[in-house]
Amino acid sequence: MDGTAGTRVVLLACGSFNPITNMHLRMFELARDHLEDSGYQVVKGIISPVGDGYKKKGLIEARHRLEMARLASENSWITADSWECLQAEWLETTKVVRHHYNELLAQEQNNDDVDTVKYGKKRRIEDNHYVASSAPQNRDSTRLMLLCGADVLESFGVPNLWKQEDIEEIVGRFGLVCITRSGNEPLKFIHQSDTLWKHRKNIHIVQEWVTNEISATHVRRAIRRGCSVRYLLPDSVLNYIREHKLYTEESEQKNIGVVLAPLQRYTGASSS
Amino acid sequence: MRVSEKMARCRIPLVLLACGSFNPITNQHMRLFELARDHMHSTGQYKVLEGIVSPVSDAYGKQGLVPAKHRIAMAKLALQTSDWIRVDEWESQQPDWTETVVTMRYHYNRILQEYQKSTTMHKFSDDKNPTVTSNPSIQLKLLCGADFLDSFRTPGLWLDEHIEEVSGHYGLVCVSRGGLHSERTVHESDILSRHRHNIFLVTEWVRNESSATEVRRALRRNASVKYLIPDSVLQYIHQHNLYTQDSEKRNQGTLLRPLTKQATNPVSSLDD
Repeated sequence: MDGTAGTRVVLLACGSFNPITNMHLRMFELARDHLEDSGYQVVKGIISPVGDGYKKKGLIEARHRLEMARLASENSWITADSWECLQAEWLETTKVVRHHYNELLAQEQNNDDVDTVKYGKKRRIEDNHYVASSAPQNRDSTRLMLLCGADVLESFGVPNLWKQEDIEEIVGRFGLVCITRSGNEPLKFIHQSDTLWKHRKNIHIVQEWVTNEISATHVRRAIRRGCSVRYLLPDSVLNYIREHKLYTEESEQKNIGVVLAPLQRYTGASSS
Repeated sequence: MRVSEKMARCRIPLVLLACGSFNPITNQHMRLFELARDHMHSTGQYKVLEGIVSPVSDAYGKQGLVPAKHRIAMAKLALQTSDWIRVDEWESQQPDWTETVVTMRYHYNRILQEYQKSTTMHKFSDDKNPTVTSNPSIQLKLLCGADFLDSFRTPGLWLDEHIEEVSGHYGLVCVSRGGLHSERTVHESDILSRHRHNIFLVTEWVRNESSATEVRRALRRNASVKYLIPDSVLQYIHQHNLYTQDSEKRNQGTLLRPLTKQATNPVSSLDD
C-alpha cells in the first residue's frame, strides 16, 4: 500500500461504552497490531463515549461512562475523551471525527510552528461542512481512523441511521478499521456498496481469530442478576460500578420507548 | 427458624479445585471460578468457600510447558487481588506427575481436617443450642472446562476407576460454551452418566476463546495480549522472556507423562 510506510495513525472509537469492557480494549490492541503490521505507526487511541442525547435504552449518565472509560484506559496508550458527551445534543459520528481530526492538526501545528511550508497545505476541516471534492488527509500528517466492530460497518445499511455523505466522508477522507469475527461478512458488505467499494483501500478489516464476545449488554445483564463480571472488565471499572450502584433493573429501563436520536433526526419521527 | 435461615444453615460448604497447566493463567481461567461459584450458589444447595488453582508439575511433559516456578508466580500475581481464589503449589512440587485423583484426595483430606477443626470449635462455644443440627460435611469438586470432560475419552489418559472417583465421589463443575456438547459427553459415557447428578454443567454465554494456547501464540508473534491476562502477568512474562518459539518446542515429541505412568504404575482406587 503506497504511502503507508511510517504514516502515523490515531484510532478513534465512538460508542456507548455502557460500560466499557475488555472487549472494547482488545479492539484497540488488535487494530494497532494489524496496522503496524501493514507499516503504519499507531500513536494514540481515543475512546469517545456517546452523549446522553443518543437516547439508547439502558444508557446511563455520560459522566459515569466517561469515568469508567478513563479508569479502564489509565496507564495505556488509549485515552478517554469527554468532548462528544459534553455536547448538548447527540452528534453525528462524522462531526466527532472531524473535531478530533482538527484537534490533531492543531497539535501538530503547535509542535512544528516554524515549518510553515510543510504544513501550509493542511486544510482545517469546517465542523459543519464537507465538500466531496476536498483533498483527503495530507499524507505527511497523522491520519485519524474510526475504529469499530463489524456491526457498525453493517449499520451503514440501516435506513435513516446514517447520512450517505457522512459515510462517504468517514471512509473517503478518514478511514475505517473494522474488527470482525467473520472475514467474509464485512467484505461482502463492502462489495455490495458502491461507496464503500470506492474507498475499500481505506477500510481495514481486522480478523479477530480469538472470539471475544464480552458485550456490554451481557455485562449489564449479569450485573442486574447479581452475577459476577470479574475478569470481563478491568477491576477498577468493576469497583466503580459497585460504588455507584450502576446497572440495575431501573437503569435498563431508561429511554424505553424513546426513538434513537439519529432516527429522530433523519426521519423527523417524534419521541413517544 | 425461618426457612431462609434453615436453607443457609444447610448449604453444603464447597471448595472448587482447578487442575491444569496454567501456561499461562488467563482471565478466562479466572472466569471459570466466578461462573462456577455463581452457579453453585444459585442451586441453593452450596456455599462456595474457596477456589484453588493447582498448576501441574513439569513432569507432565506437555509441549510448551514453561517451568512450574514461573507458572506458579504468574498465577499468584493474577490472583493477588482475589479474596477467595488462591494458588496451591503441592501438585507442582511432587517429583512425578500426579494423577488428578491423588491431587483431589490430598486437598480433600486437608480441607476436611481444617473444616472439622473449625466446626468443633464452634460447637463448644455455642452454649445456647446444645442440640444444633449437624452441619453438612465439606465437599471438594473439580472445576474444569469442556475440553477436560472430553479428555476422559482419550485412550490411556484416565483409568475408569479414577473417572468414577472424580465424578462419583467428589463431583465436577464443568464450564462450557453450552450448545449441549458437554451434555452429550456425559450421555455418551456410562460412568459419567451414572454420576450426572454430581456433574454440574455451567454455560458460559459470553464466548471468550482467549485460551492460554492463543495467548502463547500471540506472544510468540509479538501480538498484544493485553486485557486477556492481567497486566501483572504480562509484565512478568516480558521480564522473564517467557513464551518464545523455543519455549513452545519444549517437550516436543515426548509422550505425556500420564500415558506412560498409568500404563505401568496405575494408582489404586479409593476402594483398594
